[in-house]
Amino acid sequence: MQCDMFVVRHRDSGAAHFIARHVRPGVSVINAGDGRHAHPTQAMLDMFTIRQHKGDFAPLVVAIIGDILHSRVARSQIHALNALGVAEVRVIGPRTLLPRDIDDLGARVFYDMRSGLRDVDVVCMLRLQRERMEGALLPSEAEFFRRYGLTEDKLALAKPDAIVMHPGPINRGVEIDSAVADGPRSVILPQVTNGIAVRMAVMSLAMQATGEAA
Amino acid sequence: MSGLIIRGGRVLDPASGFDAVADVFIADGRIQALGEPPAGFTAAHELDARGLCVSPGLIDLAARLREPGLTHKADIASETRAAAAGGITTLCCLPDTQPVVDTPSVVEHMLRRAETSGIRLAPLGALTKGLEGQLLAAMAALKDAGCVAVSDGGRPVANTRVLRRALEYAQTFDLPVLLTPRDPALSDGGLMHEGGVATRMGVAGIPQAAETAALGRDLALVEQTGARTHFGRLSSGRGVELIRRAQRDGLPVSADIAIHQLFFTEQDLWGFEAMFRVEPPFRSFTDRDALRRAVAEGAVAICSDHQPHQPDAKHAPLAGAEPGLSGLDTLLALVLRLVDEEVLPLLDALARVTVDPARILGLESGVLAPGRPADLCIFDPDAVWRVTPETLHSRGKNSAFLGWELTGRTVHTLVGGRLVYSREP
Repeated sequence: MQCDMFVVRHRDSGAAHFIARHVRPGVSVINAGDGRHAHPTQAMLDMFTIRQHKGDFAPLVVAIIGDILHSRVARSQIHALNALGVAEVRVIGPRTLLPRDIDDLGARVFYDMRSGLRDVDVVCMLRLQRERMEGALLPSEAEFFRRYGLTEDKLALAKPDAIVMHPGPINRGVEIDSAVADGPRSVILPQVTNGIAVRMAVMSLAMQATGEAA
Repeated sequence: MSGLIIRGGRVLDPASGFDAVADVFIADGRIQALGEPPAGFTAAHELDARGLCVSPGLIDLAARLREPGLTHKADIASETRAAAAGGITTLCCLPDTQPVVDTPSVVEHMLRRAETSGIRLAPLGALTKGLEGQLLAAMAALKDAGCVAVSDGGRPVANTRVLRRALEYAQTFDLPVLLTPRDPALSDGGLMHEGGVATRMGVAGIPQAAETAALGRDLALVEQTGARTHFGRLSSGRGVELIRRAQRDGLPVSADIAIHQLFFTEQDLWGFEAMFRVEPPFRSFTDRDALRRAVAEGAVAICSDHQPHQPDAKHAPLAGAEPGLSGLDTLLALVLRLVDEEVLPLLDALARVTVDPARILGLESGVLAPGRPADLCIFDPDAVWRVTPETLHSRGKNSAFLGWELTGRTVHTLVGGRLVYSREP
């Protein structure tokens, strides 16, 4: 195939790695999300959004909330935040949605949202897939929302200037209340806008690297 | 009496602890004497074994030969030839072929197909009809056809009542039952050990409890029924501990470990290396070390867990890759490597692949002593060879040891006193 670039989104973890091992030298492979493993461009646009709103990463406490187990976004965010040297990364969710030894990745585990949100600068919500009820991971969306849905009263525990992020598409009333998603502290729409710029930059840099290699 | 003399080799018999340079006298398919010729013995043939080791032939408790039904991967002819070249003289093959080994006609077909290789094929019969875990297989007929034991072939019997009855029924005919401890509800969908590496890679895990929960249930049934039961392919330190405890309690249980479990861990899957996808999965360093200790202490036997595949079976991301490794060609050299790595002494290492599996199956082979079948593996302990697709006799080139340099290689294999393999000089 005479392609210059593969942009790969695949249900299997490791799919982009697999393709990268089998293409000609100089061909770019961009991982646009593989299984539960990684979603690098999402994490990059999230970091870009945090920088726009918060500036320095060093003092920040960031909480990632919800279905960590199945989330490639959460894994890439944890790696990116630690690489940028934030003060603390927290993951918050019920034990059924937290993978084993997640603390080894550099994240502090909270089961209780009210303690986990205290003094947080950045709140990263994750999308909850409806099929999680069938795998006996959760009893119902309503119960999840009661404990882990982001509402204004729970958000009040975070720092007053905390921002709220979500990789989209959002499930209103499941992981996030509409009042928060559309509220003054939400940066969900700027995230979408930044996503275009960051992905353009990734493609441009990858193609430049290809040009230099050739 | 006219027969064969194997001259000047270092004779190793793990069962008795014999380890000395001696001549071996063979006639009528059996070992007649060690050291001095028996009265009236004349040599029709001689085999020069100077500088070589003479061991009982290896007995492999678990191999897939892929025939009938999956001959695009391998077949009985190719894999029994590979076994002979690997010094394996008795090869147990699992019943999960297509069709399943649950009728005498399939057993007879397989035994006939293995004849050309000269090695002893020991088919394991199905424990339940179609391996579906619902109805009992015709175990008495399977035994009459030549099955040495019955097995679930890696597909666990989910229904505990059916398993209880199957154990009782097998016990009636003195058939050992070979089970693979795996709770399907806990393991299905998992691709590797559930732990830190799987979490980082975002890969669905197979928890240790998939093994220990199944073992706990199965051991309770062994205690209840008293059926002689062998647990194949343990992967966890906790699993081995449960077996040890059951043995201390006097239960008639034994176990084996796939040889590759003693060399690899979950860490080898970094980079989504599909070759290392095996079932049960490679677990932690702690588990690997516990498995090595269990082998050293003699709590478990070793098998190849041979699973040959066509080349593209591993050519996919983890989820799309088929589990299992090709293992017949490397079994002997890896057992010898355990000796090099000071895991256990040479005689003990050979015991794990000769007399231990023989006892598990109730075979008279596996022992190098007068009166026993002349099933022998004569190997060069110093021969260095590299594992490459070309050096593997098996049609399955899916070895996790490709590129490794191993020491120790079969030179001659004898079954019933007949030479079934000799390495080209």
